[in-house]
Amino acid sequence: MASKFTVSNRTGWLMAGPAILLIAGFVILPFFLAIGLSFTNQRLVSPNPTEFVGLSNYRQLLGVATVTLEPLRDDAGAVVMKDGEPEYPSIRSLTRNNPDRPDLAGMREWFSFSLGGEAKTFVLARDVVFMKAVVNTFIFVIVVAPVQAGLALGLALLINQRLRGINVFRAIYFMPVVVSIVVVSLLWRLIYDGQSGLLNNLLDAISFGLIPPVNWLGDPSTALGAIIAMSIWQAVGFQMVIWLSGLQTISPTLYEAAAIEGASKWQVFRYVTWPGLRNTAVLILIVITMQAFGLFAQIDVMTNGGPLDSTQTIVFQAVERGYGKQDISGGSAISVILFVIVLSISLIQRFLTREKS
Amino acid sequence: MARISLKDVRKSYGTAHVIKGVDIDIEDGEFCVFVGPSGCGKSTLLRMIAGLEDITSGTLEIGDRTVNDLPPAQRGVAMVFQSYAIFPHMTVRENVAFGLTIAGASKAEKDAKVAEAARILQMEHLLDRRPSQLSGGQRQRVAIGRAIVRKPQVFLFDEPLSNLDAALRMDMRMEIGKLHNQLGATMIYVTHDQVEAMTLADKIVVLKDGQVMQVGAPMDLYHNPANLFVAGFLGAPSMNFLKVTVQGIDGGRALVSNGALDPVEVATAGRSFRAGETALLGLRPQYLTVSEGPGQLHGQVALTERLGAETVVEITLKDASPLIAALAHDAVFPLGAMVNLNFDPARAHLFPME
Ligand SMILES: Nc1ncnc2c1ncn2[C@@H]1O[C@H](COP(=O)(O)OP(=O)(O)OP(=O)(O)O)[C@@H](O)[C@H]1O
Ligand SMILES: [Mg+2]
Repeated sequence: MASKFTVSNRTGWLMAGPAILLIAGFVILPFFLAIGLSFTNQRLVSPNPTEFVGLSNYRQLLGVATVTLEPLRDDAGAVVMKDGEPEYPSIRSLTRNNPDRPDLAGMREWFSFSLGGEAKTFVLARDVVFMKAVVNTFIFVIVVAPVQAGLALGLALLINQRLRGINVFRAIYFMPVVVSIVVVSLLWRLIYDGQSGLLNNLLDAISFGLIPPVNWLGDPSTALGAIIAMSIWQAVGFQMVIWLSGLQTISPTLYEAAAIEGASKWQVFRYVTWPGLRNTAVLILIVITMQAFGLFAQIDVMTNGGPLDSTQTIVFQAVERGYGKQDISGGSAISVILFVIVLSISLIQRFLTREKS
Repeated sequence: MARISLKDVRKSYGTAHVIKGVDIDIEDGEFCVFVGPSGCGKSTLLRMIAGLEDITSGTLEIGDRTVNDLPPAQRGVAMVFQSYAIFPHMTVRENVAFGLTIAGASKAEKDAKVAEAARILQMEHLLDRRPSQLSGGQRQRVAIGRAIVRKPQVFLFDEPLSNLDAALRMDMRMEIGKLHNQLGATMIYVTHDQVEAMTLADKIVVLKDGQVMQVGAPMDLYHNPANLFVAGFLGAPSMNFLKVTVQGIDGGRALVSNGALDPVEVATAGRSFRAGETALLGLRPQYLTVSEGPGQLHGQVALTERLGAETVVEITLKDASPLIAALAHDAVFPLGAMVNLNFDPARAHLFPME
């Protein structure tokens, strides 16, 4: 049927125009700009002309090296001990003005390990903070994706019943999603407060004072965990709604057929519900992964990457570089690295969860 | 043994009374068909028997056990749904074996029973396919296969053939008939197709608005409909109803006539009429014959449909009311021709006006 709307291209373009302009201006253009800038030394505001620097931004971010060192020995040949540990030559002597190892110049120790024996392997990175950010982001994704997806599925199953007042629960679980993440982060900063936060008070009350107050966001060992817990809570309602929509595509007669065949609750889930949620599961996994890689607002509001870089993340670093340090090319390079990571993971997930026929 | 008995069974959704007191007895091994117009409550009644809907009041017994409060699985029933309800992600084999898997049967047992079901339903070659690779009729076979592997005492079918085309429907209808003979289980079959009802049933239950209109063997209902509804519902083309005046009553017989009908005596079949009252005379199209000579009814041909073995003629009677005659031979009638029709008064039914 050739109606005026399908034939007239002009009307079509006019209607799509505003959206196309906005998407082009705020999504497509910045995307290509970021790729372009990441190969230059552009700064946010700078009187110097922009220069093409090739891969140097990437080298700066991703440069890693390992050195294996023997412990220092005294004249008698015995290992020099310091605080009960063997002492090793200082890393600085290798990375600062050492003409023998120009490749290590400017690197810093990231972490070290020893594979038995006395020798110790030091992993050096050109940008230790960025490396920590990458590791933290991966930890965040690896914990959040399965836990959030699982919790959301549990909630969706609970809520997908015809009970009186069930809509109240739906609304309650969905509420954190509607509230801005910045507001949620501010509230949780209060909840996590090291002195009189809600969480500490609660723990104190239920343990009759046995659990001492914890500075959740101030302690490197708890800060990332605290952010993970709060992030799971915040977005679980959103994933729940996606699961719900998936649940509702499963034909009720399949459940009736299973009931007549005598399937238990678990068998119904295993043979009817879960197989029917396959496509939803793929979608949720990809959505959560992408959202989790974008972790930023919580960090910006609650910890600023600290304490001791224990909550640095890739996007936080990108913003910090690009705007904080005005190093827009470095920030762009981080964005491009993030893009490549997320793209690869999505492709792998798609491949692993493809329809096998 | 699986007799099924419903005693004053009712179902309400809030204030909507959907099933209004139904009493039915189905013998062990009987093939019982529920028919009725759309929305009369056939599916609801079947689903109550299956345990998928609660029973608001009344008692339901299956095999001499009251099962009102038992979950579906404990009622010993299997059900075949109109939409097949086969699991899309399982192969045919897994679908058919589903009930056995649920019950934790061994692989050997499953294989043997699935093979037997596949043989009965002639679908051995389909076992490793997925539902998406099957035609509608094949899917329905899978659904039936899943129902028969557990050897239930009672089979429930809810319009199992209504998604199939006419030819396939006939094949499957015959197969279900054969299956009933082979398995000897009690079957309840819901349909609004009266051909299915007439051909398959040992016992037909005609429902209307949540009430039983009549229960009986197909021929019983066809020849002795208890009321206007059943008379008009069964038979195709459906029964003609002529408005007639009762001239007189004599024992079990009434003399009736109208402007197009010469006075004729018909049985009242226990229904009471008064002289002078207007009643409806029911005449099946198949029992009308066109006569060369004089006839009981007179009219003009309005339309002829020649089907080869049968000719359906629509006639406008002298009093302008329409009448359908189905003649069991091929005949040609010019449009507008005057015809006289005869019928056997013993085949006529007289009903009071409602
Ligand atoms: N959940 C419900 N709430 C209220 N009314 C309902 C509900 N389910 C069914 N009904 C009503 O019950 C009546 C019987 O429905 P049912 O599905 O049993 O009809 P049916 O005879 O199977 O019709 P069809 O031939 O169209 O399948 C209908 O009038 C329907 O509107
Ligand atoms: Mg129905």
